Amino acid sequence: MRIENQVRWIYKPLVFVGALLPLARLVAGGFEVVGHSLGADPINEIQDVLGKWALNFLLITLCVTPLRQISGMNALLRFRRMLGLFAFVYTGLHFLTYVLLDRSLDLATLLEDVVRRPYITIGFTALAMLVPLAATSTNRMMRRLGRRWQTLHRLVYPIAILGVWHYYWQVKADVREPLIYVGVITLLLGYRCVVWLGRLNASALRRTATGASRLAGARDGVTS
Amino acid sequence: MPRETDVIRGSEITPYEVYQDRRRLLAAGLAAGAALALPHSGAASVSPKLTATRNAKFSVSGRPNSYEDITEYNNFYEFGTDKSDPAQHAQSMRTRPWSVTIAGAAEVTGTFTLEDILKPHALEERVYRLRCVEAWSMVVPWLGFSLGDLLKRFKPTSAARYVEFGTLFDPAQMPGQRFPVLDWPYVEGLRIDEAMHPLTLMVVGLYGRVLPNQNGAPLRLVVPWKYGFKSIKSIAQIRFTERQPRTSWNLSGPQEYGFYANVNPNVDHPRWSQARERRIGAGLFARRQPTIMFNGYADQVASLYRGLDLTRFY
Repeated sequence: MRIENQVRWIYKPLVFVGALLPLARLVAGGFEVVGHSLGADPINEIQDVLGKWALNFLLITLCVTPLRQISGMNALLRFRRMLGLFAFVYTGLHFLTYVLLDRSLDLATLLEDVVRRPYITIGFTALAMLVPLAATSTNRMMRRLGRRWQTLHRLVYPIAILGVWHYYWQVKADVREPLIYVGVITLLLGYRCVVWLGRLNASALRRTATGASRLAGARDGVTS
Repeated sequence: MPRETDVIRGSEITPYEVYQDRRRLLAAGLAAGAALALPHSGAASVSPKLTATRNAKFSVSGRPNSYEDITEYNNFYEFGTDKSDPAQHAQSMRTRPWSVTIAGAAEVTGTFTLEDILKPHALEERVYRLRCVEAWSMVVPWLGFSLGDLLKRFKPTSAARYVEFGTLFDPAQMPGQRFPVLDWPYVEGLRIDEAMHPLTLMVVGLYGRVLPNQNGAPLRLVVPWKYGFKSIKSIAQIRFTERQPRTSWNLSGPQEYGFYANVNPNVDHPRWSQARERRIGAGLFARRQPTIMFNGYADQVASLYRGLDLTRFY
């Protein structure tokens, strides 16, 4: 089988099923399927697991480009949209759990939370920014937006930062786990900064180089 | 819920299965001291039973949480910061033999064995509400005796304006202490009048049984009108002081955790609201219930804070 077909018929379905496993475990816990439980505070457990996997998928999505560039495996790019959409799905479910189960649709306290609790403001902002990315994830939207599509989808960087910050800010005292996320996101965004600075340098060099040769040409009286 | 503020009637209690056969086993006549002196082994073992009389006056109505909820959902950072960590890891703590050092402004000081500490005190069962600063709550049938009765034995002097409590510092027994999540060992404190208040409980058991390690064996504090973190677990030191003790959570986040930490729906935690609480065990679709001033104990304790600005002294 050609690599494109392998990706399409084997690897993508595998990743798809794998990405649903955390959700399946929550459902199993909810129904107390043997060996599964949501513990004494099921709402908190659901929110926690969904939130963490939302972050995990955001960071996994951000791994695609560096991995592709380093390994040269262009096929990796074929997984990026699906991974990004799973980040959106888990974020959405995390938010729905908060609205429906945690706050029981109490709009007054919801509004108060979004306005007065900075970590909720941040989380809500991240979700709001994810919506246009999910909405423009189709092939048709990609074609329609052209170059602007890439610009728009750079929103994923601030979204990831807000997401990690949202997590860090609600931990009581033990920040070890949020710090791991901070570390990973620093690496992922740091890599992009390095690449970007590299390109900037290269194009600057190119410009100086062409400029210099033009100057040299003028001096030598060479015309082209 | 307002109904939970009512005084309990025996008929209103919905007894848990263990709870019910307590009566029968109590007849077997296990003396409190003897049972507490029994060594217990391993997480799987169920704690020995204790004899106690119910103090209905100091019990709330409302169905107590299940034994599983109370013993498997704990904040005891010495054994890890996940709620399920203490139940898994607290068995590494040796609670026998145990001693308690009494120090500071009192006529009687020194180190006492757990048996000496407990001997004169008859155990009472009191069903108290527990409100965590994280905005969840439970109802727990504790076994213990008034802290004041214990403190009086050491004859605190007039310089004793506060009482400071400390637990062990021993990372081998308390693996969570290997990481500086808090400034170990855990320290809590009360004003002397709070400590002497009849509601303030020294706890040695729950649900008719010896306290499991993860709930703060062998000896813990329970102050039902304050957030749960005030109720220090596994007490090894008690000191009478003239100055307000420097307490662990207050040191960790002075803007977020005050020395008083009275349950107060009108004073929010800087990061979240304290107006409502999630009652553990109420199920997936239960609404949060309103938090009550002083966790419903205002009639008994509000007078302690007359004239105190509770928004400043949170």
